Amino acid sequence: MNKPTTVADSASKRNTDSSTSKVVKKLTKVVSEQHIWIFLILCMVVFSFASPYFLTLNNLGNVLTQGSFIGLLAVGMTLVMINGEIDLSVGAVLALASALAIGLQPSIGVWPAILVALLAGTFFGFINGAIVAMSGMHSFVVTLGALIGIRGVVFVYTGEQALMVEDFSYTEYVEIYLGPLSLTAMIFIGFALLFQWVLSNTRHGREAYAIGDNIKSAHEAGIRIKRHKIINFALCSFLAAVAGVLLSMRLGTAEPNAGRIWELWTIIAIVLGGTRLTGGYGSMWKTLGGVITLAVLLNGLRLLNTPNYIELMVMGVVLILALILDKTLASRQAR
Amino acid sequence: MTMAQNAQKLVQKHGLIVAFILFLVVVSLSSPEFLTFGNILDVIRQVSITGMIAIGVTFVVITGRLDLSVGSMLTLLTVLVVDQHNQIGPGFAILLTLIASVVIGAVNGYFVGFLKLNALIVTLAMLSLLQGVTLLYSGGSNVNVTNPQETWFRVFGRGEILGVPMPVWIFLITAAIGSLFLLKTTFGRWIYSVGGNETASLFSGVQTKWVVLSAYVISGLATGFAAVIMGSRVMGAQNTIGQGYELTVLAGIILGGTSMLGGSGTIWRTVLGITMLGFVQNGLLLLGFPYYVQWLVTWAVIILAVWIDLAAKRGRIFA
Repeated sequence: MNKPTTVADSASKRNTDSSTSKVVKKLTKVVSEQHIWIFLILCMVVFSFASPYFLTLNNLGNVLTQGSFIGLLAVGMTLVMINGEIDLSVGAVLALASALAIGLQPSIGVWPAILVALLAGTFFGFINGAIVAMSGMHSFVVTLGALIGIRGVVFVYTGEQALMVEDFSYTEYVEIYLGPLSLTAMIFIGFALLFQWVLSNTRHGREAYAIGDNIKSAHEAGIRIKRHKIINFALCSFLAAVAGVLLSMRLGTAEPNAGRIWELWTIIAIVLGGTRLTGGYGSMWKTLGGVITLAVLLNGLRLLNTPNYIELMVMGVVLILALILDKTLASRQAR
Repeated sequence: MTMAQNAQKLVQKHGLIVAFILFLVVVSLSSPEFLTFGNILDVIRQVSITGMIAIGVTFVVITGRLDLSVGSMLTLLTVLVVDQHNQIGPGFAILLTLIASVVIGAVNGYFVGFLKLNALIVTLAMLSLLQGVTLLYSGGSNVNVTNPQETWFRVFGRGEILGVPMPVWIFLITAAIGSLFLLKTTFGRWIYSVGGNETASLFSGVQTKWVVLSAYVISGLATGFAAVIMGSRVMGAQNTIGQGYELTVLAGIILGGTSMLGGSGTIWRTVLGITMLGFVQNGLLLLGFPYYVQWLVTWAVIILAVWIDLAAKRGRIFA
């Protein structure tokens, strides 16, 4: 990929053609920062040769739709992670929103039910953020508690039963397609692009990196850290609730166990993309790449009829390799 | 010093225990069978498997790292010990399981300690990987001990000494050994020093890599013992038997007051945290609540316990 050019090499290049070396430099930078996309292309090439069903518009559209749920969780969690925090409760929030959206429909109507589901999700994110900001506890501990507790709320609300939608026209709300692209996938990509814009072009985005990079100097620079973190946790849970509502529309049922260990898959997708858990580094482009790669891997392996356990093992190995790659690239950049 | 000041100091230092005793009193008032010897033994027996794992994971947490792979590891090792029991006999099966547990722990420890990869992600990857290995090994079907009534393997999960169930003995003895190890040996001090300040301990000649690796090996080994108890108690293993244990274990450790940042914490605090979770669960069931209400209570208890702990340390409620 990016071979270190020797001194003589780069010197001669600088003399002869400085613009090409600039392009090369920029290219290597893009490659080392967005390596997930190269990996994605590699995966797609391999699967296209391995299975005739893979490289069809229909299948690729499906891959995107299937990845959108983890994707929405990942978009929100990326914001939180750039802050240097983590949110383990997204899977439980997803289940709660999906249960509320279906459970409340008969009594208050479809759209109010969806609104309540989104508000409830956002509310729990606000609570998480507020506890993290006010108490000074580590977000891992706070959201680990919330993961257990919010799942409890879901069980209390559903009484351990899967809720079934009564009016099945509800499941047709999301059956809107733009070519192979489903509404669910469009919502996911839309949010990813929106928050990439927020990260790169707004004050909130700049502050997110500043806080994750060095919380103390961010504080001294006058950034309102507590408010910022609360907003990000609320956004993260809001997006999880959106995913939950979309999932309930897709399935027509709400399982109390929906989204269990999805927080782990979300972390896997984000880290695969190259966003770091330490904070201050990452982007929605990386997360988008990570989510799509994860979905492509799962889809490709399924098309090849690999048994379930291969999937799990490949995920584990890929994740560790991604970490090692990230580590090498980071240390090379530092040099 | 006045009474009030004394009480305040007590709450500050041992607030969790005070709250716990209050809880015990409240529950025992409304449910007479709660604080009977039989029920207490039952609770400790139920938490003994989680507790065993938690003792091991405490070592990892004190070094400032995490082990999320213990749930999957428990599944794999339980399947392994039960299946091998039928093939090579209980003795070799247990030996093989313990060796496997050490190897898995060492792999975790190598990635985290030597390659310096993020512990959360490494053990998360291991969680997925081990789930895959379990399914590969078992072919997706449940395994059972073929002669549960005759084998001496039943001792670990179903045996009793002096009327106290064997898992309780193993749990308490492991806790005592772990505690001594952590508090009285040089190695124990290394564990604390790596968690407290890794650079400083490296410069003072501590082989931090090896300390981290051994912490993960201990965590693996403890899970290995837990798997033996589990296999012996259930006399079989499903492919999901250990799912979610990693979170319960962490909840117990956090509840005990061990900091996730490393450098502090003790075994007896972990034992206390895990046992408290068990009593809360048991108490709520005796009071007639559905089992999932304990999750709500656990949530509240974790947040309050850690917050109070932090508040007492910095002398203010809010950060």
